[in-house]
Amino acid sequence: MIPPPFEYAAPRSLSEAISLLQEHGSEAKVLAGGQSLIPLLKLRLASPTFLVDLRKVPGLSTFKESDGHLVVGSMVREATIEHSPLIRRRYRGLVEASEVVADPIVRNLATLGGNLAHADPANDHPSMMLAFRAHVMAVGPKGTRRIPIDEFLVDTFETSLAPEEILTEIHIPQPTSQTGSAYIKLERKVGDYAIAAVAAVVTLDGGICKQAGLGLTNVGPKSIRPTKAEQFLVGKHLDDETIREAARLAAAAAEPTSDLRGPADYKRGVVRTLTARALHQAAQRAQKGASH
Amino acid sequence: MTTHKVKVTINGQVHEAKVEPRLLLVHFIREVANLTGTHIGCDTTSCGACTVLVNGTLMKSCTVLTVQADGANIQTVEGLEQNGQLHPIQEGFMQEHGLQCGFCTPGMMLVGKALLEDNPDPTEAEVRKAISGNLCRCTGYVNIVKAIQYAGKKMQESAEVKTPAAVHAEG
Repeated sequence: MIPPPFEYAAPRSLSEAISLLQEHGSEAKVLAGGQSLIPLLKLRLASPTFLVDLRKVPGLSTFKESDGHLVVGSMVREATIEHSPLIRRRYRGLVEASEVVADPIVRNLATLGGNLAHADPANDHPSMMLAFRAHVMAVGPKGTRRIPIDEFLVDTFETSLAPEEILTEIHIPQPTSQTGSAYIKLERKVGDYAIAAVAAVVTLDGGICKQAGLGLTNVGPKSIRPTKAEQFLVGKHLDDETIREAARLAAAAAEPTSDLRGPADYKRGVVRTLTARALHQAAQRAQKGASH
Repeated sequence: MTTHKVKVTINGQVHEAKVEPRLLLVHFIREVANLTGTHIGCDTTSCGACTVLVNGTLMKSCTVLTVQADGANIQTVEGLEQNGQLHPIQEGFMQEHGLQCGFCTPGMMLVGKALLEDNPDPTEAEVRKAISGNLCRCTGYVNIVKAIQYAGKKMQESAEVKTPAAVHAEG
């Protein structure tokens, strides 16, 4: 399959990239790892007339902990996240989400920023970022904007980025010594989108849940934050009964549709089961962190 | 349509051409460089038949634009054999019956080579994880796993044989 014709540039600075986006408006598209965009072009589901490739823009491919956050450049590859001991130790859910994106070869090119900016409700990182209560940084002609993830994810394939803005960084709050995270996905086979997946982050304080974050993948028009389930967990011991009730509330917040991956009722059941598993896993990790 | 001048080195040979931005890397490899060992299978980033090494990193060349690979050093299946000598991964696929129709083999072999460079003695689970982005419809994967492990052992053996000889030569 051959993509429709388009013009291409690989600018060497962010300001140059933004000028190109300004010049071409909504006809332009930003190219990150290309692992979603190029298939869309080949299937002719997207036909931008101009691609702005970020591969030569400096500073987008590194990550570090600073000012209370893990700051990840938008061009950091999934494979880089998977292989980072720091991220594995402190942000396990992020690694677990990266590990189930497509397949190992795709992950050599696919980027965290691309996964979020594509805003596919079937993508794995948006719900993990909801659970982490992350925010993203976007740079445009008027400067830099800090966008909480809930405001960033607008609808299916739609973010709050303006056409001339570029997602540059993802900021994930640093864990306390009693924070645990997990991402659990049920997929039919390697490389497929989730039947459903659940992201969970919990912070404990003396065995009591101080903060809880949840995100649901591929069970609605966008990644879903099950707010009632999160609120239910706060202030409680994360025992089996509490987790069971939170899982029920999370399943109630899901909006699955029946498709080739299964009927809606089944997917709702999967959300309930995966939420319980992810919460158990995250809580266990939070407790382990506390024992260190 | 503006064309872009690109310079891509494939298996040590430099290829320069003016290409449209929409030209996929796999088409450049097959139709501009005339190296047809790299296959197009699903053409939707699923099957891995088009896998090549770009600057040492595995990529599915049906999902890379040639302009993105400008300046890159690429290795395809044709670059495995050196001076008439099969690469151990090729020998492994032959000895262990790692192919039937052969369509997935170029991708499988490059994935195997890349895996063994990071992990010379992979377990079956590690091999299966590494090839999870490559589909084979003939073999059931059993012999592909064996072929990659065979190559790993072969490469370790030849490294061991070389080392004492090198020491002797220096001594």
